[in-house]
Amino acid sequence: MHSSTIFLFHNYVVFLKPLNLKKQVCYRSKIIWINMNRIIEARFLAPDIKLFKIEAPKIALKRKAGQFIILRVHPDGERIPLTIADSDTKDGTITIIVQGVGKTTKQLNTLEAGEYIQDLVGPLGKASDIEFYGTAVSIGGGVGTAIAYPTAKALKEAGNKVISIIGGRTKELVLLEDEMKAVCDEVYPTTDDGSYGFHGFVTQKLQELINEGIKIDLVLAIGPIPMMSAVAEVTRPYGIKTIVSLNPIMIDGTGMCGGCRAIVDDKTVFVCVDGPEFDAHKVNFNILTKRNRMYLLQEKISYEHFCKLDKMVKETVSN
Amino acid sequence: MAEITPKERMAIKRHHMLEQDADVRNKNFSEVNLGYTVELAKEEALRCIQCKKPLCIGGCPVSINIPAFIKKIEEGDFKSAAAILKKDNALPAVCGRVCPQEEQCEKVCTVGKKNAPVAIGYLERFAADWERENLGIQLAEKKPNSGKKVAIVGGGPAGLSCAGDLIQMGHDVTVFEALHDIGGVLIYGIPEFRLPKAIVRAEVEGLKKMGVEFRTNSVIGLTDTIDELLEEYDAIFIGVGAGLPYFLNVPGEQLNGVYSSNEYLTRVNLMKAYDFPRSDTPMFNIEGKQVAVFGGGNTAMDAVRTSLRLGAKRAMILYRRTEAEMPARIEEIKHAKEEGVEFMLLVGPIEFKGTDDGWLRSVVIQKMELGEPDASGRRRPVPIEDAIEEIPIEVAVIAIGNGSNPIISKTTPDLNVNKWGNILVDENSMKSSKKGVFAGGDIVTGGATVILAMGAGRKAAKAIDEYVRNKETW
Repeated sequence: MHSSTIFLFHNYVVFLKPLNLKKQVCYRSKIIWINMNRIIEARFLAPDIKLFKIEAPKIALKRKAGQFIILRVHPDGERIPLTIADSDTKDGTITIIVQGVGKTTKQLNTLEAGEYIQDLVGPLGKASDIEFYGTAVSIGGGVGTAIAYPTAKALKEAGNKVISIIGGRTKELVLLEDEMKAVCDEVYPTTDDGSYGFHGFVTQKLQELINEGIKIDLVLAIGPIPMMSAVAEVTRPYGIKTIVSLNPIMIDGTGMCGGCRAIVDDKTVFVCVDGPEFDAHKVNFNILTKRNRMYLLQEKISYEHFCKLDKMVKETVSN
Repeated sequence: MAEITPKERMAIKRHHMLEQDADVRNKNFSEVNLGYTVELAKEEALRCIQCKKPLCIGGCPVSINIPAFIKKIEEGDFKSAAAILKKDNALPAVCGRVCPQEEQCEKVCTVGKKNAPVAIGYLERFAADWERENLGIQLAEKKPNSGKKVAIVGGGPAGLSCAGDLIQMGHDVTVFEALHDIGGVLIYGIPEFRLPKAIVRAEVEGLKKMGVEFRTNSVIGLTDTIDELLEEYDAIFIGVGAGLPYFLNVPGEQLNGVYSSNEYLTRVNLMKAYDFPRSDTPMFNIEGKQVAVFGGGNTAMDAVRTSLRLGAKRAMILYRRTEAEMPARIEEIKHAKEEGVEFMLLVGPIEFKGTDDGWLRSVVIQKMELGEPDASGRRRPVPIEDAIEEIPIEVAVIAIGNGSNPIISKTTPDLNVNKWGNILVDENSMKSSKKGVFAGGDIVTGGATVILAMGAGRKAAKAIDEYVRNKETW
């Protein structure tokens, strides 16, 4: 270990290896290892929706649009998949945007800058199919916009005209508008309640664009299953190629458990290795919806258990 | 002690291991087998006649010097017994528990020709446990540092045994593991009641103390590619296991309640779902449910016995051949039966049926009879006309094996694989088509046993040692 610096930080052993200048290999692979995963930045974008920048130099360098990571918050934590929203190879960070819906995501959203993620692995899954299509419409529903963002950006870089529709129930749930504006040709916020932008669903805005006679070559739709399924039905009669990113329950994320299986084109696929992006017109959303409800009861128990513990801790601290 | 003659040794009856009572153990996750006491171990060791040409060594995939370690147990020198094991086996406490000894060393044991064979597996387990409990794991001797670096891909049995040998040979060894914990199938697959995690951890800890570096959360092919590793390491061993579960491909397999054995066991073992909600990962509530496990191997037995412990009202093995063709260890089948598992043989599933909102409610099965032998030499099950039955179940576990995981082969185009995706290697050197890359275990053979994977890891370690020292041509 003569060529390495080793130090202990909390429970982690950190190996710092010098840059290998001879081979002109920069930053990557030679740096560090291990369970660093330090949170550099953590801020709420909307109630219950938090952005994290996490130190993960290898993943930052490797990841491509559409890929995801799996993380665990603590040693008895579950493994949850989250799409990588962005990365910065200079800082060696990745960005994830998390909506607190269950125990793990709510607990994750209590973490602040300077704290660590227990386990972080990636980049997993296949990258988005990025090529020149012509005009692409990127549709993000709620936190789905965070998942659509990197692919929209990559599509723009590939020379496409990119139109973005950002949907939210209400104004404060319209995410990443500025970021999208920076990488898209046109951006249309929509809200269900009309508090901001177009009053209506993302599908209505999409239909409007189609009706205006805009030639659309690709639609990318990411968000809740009902939204993705509805988008697929809007584009189907026009034969517009439509891509969705699926979000089934996963454990390992490497194809080992088969828990994330979905039906696409009447065949079984493993979303973690065959996806997560698929042709929306071939996905069986009905089965996906049912499978995602598998642990509804347990998720509720887990969340209540967490709230109880959280309350106990807070009371102990305040006493 | 007066000298004991071989005839007297042969006359001693094989000693059973103590085990938890079936009615007690089927409700807990503690280890079923309780091991030998010192007295029992010494008495069992007396049964070994110390053959001049011991066949048992040839029956062992990692060629442990079996008569030598048993002799040490007989003499009461358990420390030396453990040291002999350690020379050829990086994980003796594991192998003493999960090896199919009846198919290997004990099958060819000379004593076994007339009587029951010497309980080699029990004795291996005893020596390894004794060392761990009394001395802590002792480190094997290490050759001087060679300055060579070897990357091991996969922290399961193949990788760990390869790492254990290479570190003793004086190389720098780094193990890359995709999951957050080390052990592969030993921690995600094999349940606590058959192989306590603490034992795997202790053996891994031993390797760490020897200097093996472990990097968890590293999916090779994605986090780093094989080519990138080759820039930094002199050689690579790929032992990533099979790891892509087969399904039955019958209607209804997407219903909630249908699991692959990998998912089912991973939730309970690696993710500790039995401890939910203290542990976050949920498991379908098995209590009072009817569980059908499809398959006849060790994994199927693990899954069905796990179901009992999770409170299943009815736990069944459904297998399309007969018990004689079951690949599971004899002991696992025996334990499963004792614990109350039902065996339904010569049946094949046709369809899973469920509720409109997607929950499994029953399986339709086709009854079979045995016909002509197939390619595997086993008699092929053929359907009996009109013999169809519907069995109510809420949980189904598919334990019919694994295909090969595509992540490495897809990201390493010059690594040759066969049509099933298994990496092609030279049988003796475990060399793949790619210079500097060796492979072994289930990713080469398809789903097999822990010890065969460990044997492959050892074989590769020997070849890697020669390769990195001499940089011979490929």
